[in-house]
Amino acid sequence: MKRLRRIGIQLLTHTAALTPMGLLLFDWYQNDLTANPIRAATLRTGKTALVLLTITLAITPLNTLFGFKQLIPVRKWLGIYAACYVALHFFIFIGIDYGFDFALLKDALFNKRFALVGLASGLLLIPLVITSTRGWQRRLGKNWKRLHRSIYLGALLATVHYTWLVKSDIRVPLVYMTIVVLLLVLRIPQIRTAGSRFQQKLSRCGVSVRARWNKQRRSNVSETSD
Amino acid sequence: MVEIHPSEITSEHVYLSRRSFLKSAGALASGSLLLAACGAGAATALSSAGEAMQPESSASTDELGDPVNSYTDITQFNNFYEFTTDKTTVVARVGNFRTSPWQVEVGGLVHTPKVYDIDDLAGFEQEERVYRLRCVEGWSMVIPWNGFPLARLLEDVEPMGDAKYVRFETLYDPDQMPGQKSPWYAWPYVEGLRIDEAMHELTLMATGLYGKNLPAQNGAPIRLVVPWKYGFKSIKSIVKIDLVSEQPTSLWMAASPNEYGFYANVNPEVPHPRWSQAKERRIGEISRRDTLLFNGYADEVASLYPDMSPSIFF
Repeated sequence: MKRLRRIGIQLLTHTAALTPMGLLLFDWYQNDLTANPIRAATLRTGKTALVLLTITLAITPLNTLFGFKQLIPVRKWLGIYAACYVALHFFIFIGIDYGFDFALLKDALFNKRFALVGLASGLLLIPLVITSTRGWQRRLGKNWKRLHRSIYLGALLATVHYTWLVKSDIRVPLVYMTIVVLLLVLRIPQIRTAGSRFQQKLSRCGVSVRARWNKQRRSNVSETSD
Repeated sequence: MVEIHPSEITSEHVYLSRRSFLKSAGALASGSLLLAACGAGAATALSSAGEAMQPESSASTDELGDPVNSYTDITQFNNFYEFTTDKTTVVARVGNFRTSPWQVEVGGLVHTPKVYDIDDLAGFEQEERVYRLRCVEGWSMVIPWNGFPLARLLEDVEPMGDAKYVRFETLYDPDQMPGQKSPWYAWPYVEGLRIDEAMHELTLMATGLYGKNLPAQNGAPIRLVVPWKYGFKSIKSIVKIDLVSEQPTSLWMAASPNEYGFYANVNPEVPHPRWSQAKERRIGEISRRDTLLFNGYADEVASLYPDMSPSIFF
């Protein structure tokens, strides 16, 4: 049963992470990617990457705070998918939109702050993808965790990139930034301990409620069997 | 010139009912977007319906030889924050917008202030102008507008000597224009021109495109078109025009003073913090093309700006 649920979650994760790609290809094939399809594809891959990064960051606090462990095995995959969408985002921007025009790209990097932080955010993910295997995890030992903390900075920079990218109305980017900051704050040791203590209390409550409920059910069963 | 019999022209009524069909189809499409997979299908149905009604323009290219954009692209990809900030769904949200009756009040520093009914404005001799529209966001289109030079309207109200600028204002009606409920911008939309820019023969008051009445999402029933400036200068759905002595502050100048100046002349040399101004994507093309000084109208308008200081392009 447990094994089945694990496979189910794996399957759901891969499907969910690949769906935006499928929709993008479908809309492209249907010629339904707005009048400016390259721009639309850039924005969509970027948004998907940011959403996946945010979900990846949410998995640990979900466990420490609410004891929700089920997603931990797919955290790595969500991170890898996020990086894949970032790679696609970069390819569309550099290769298709700017057509590998290096003068134009240089101008983007030096004159457009959103492009600079976007690049930094994306580059930070590369070593994480490379070292995402069990082998690298073993080889790096303690340092693996240290290295993979750079996803905190990467995600934060991604939200800064988004904020600097939009025209004037920055409310939606600020929502993303707030969520990411919150997810990072929940990792501060003091807050995490306070959270897990709260969770223990909560689960003890839950256990007692469940125990009472089970007891009642048992007595009901015995009544009907009489 | 090809002669057109009245019977060949789609009556306004039929045309309008077809448009309301398209609008409801658009609303349907945006509704189904919630079901992402079906949404794509419905939107495709909409765009193919749009292609079916592709009208002919009398000119097929601009003066540089570049083809005009399709009616579908022009009418389904719009920046019109009064409705929504999403360019592709403006068309689905203009259903409740009433463009008749409509009045334009022209006043301020003029000898004969007037209030024009939209039908009065049809009295100015209409002509077709094929103009490039360069959006500050780095994309562009070629659009066959119908309308009349703003200069004719201004001559009609006789500006006074101390009228130095023209200030334009869009309708303010959040019930019809739900985007105006957003507290983020200082509604209504305001734009301005220097009087010599306003009197320039290229400056157009557009009432139509592709020989048809202007669709709501394109700024019906009357809008400004200033082809050598970034698109946001070309204010839509105008209700008020004032001649004034001081430089007006536009909505975008108020929103981001460091990004949008009063002049906003197209110039590939003046960078913007977000979008490339050196190059642009012509809608319908893959690779970017070079942006031209004054959007390719330098011969006509460069003389307006004898000292080419950067502030004139900002």
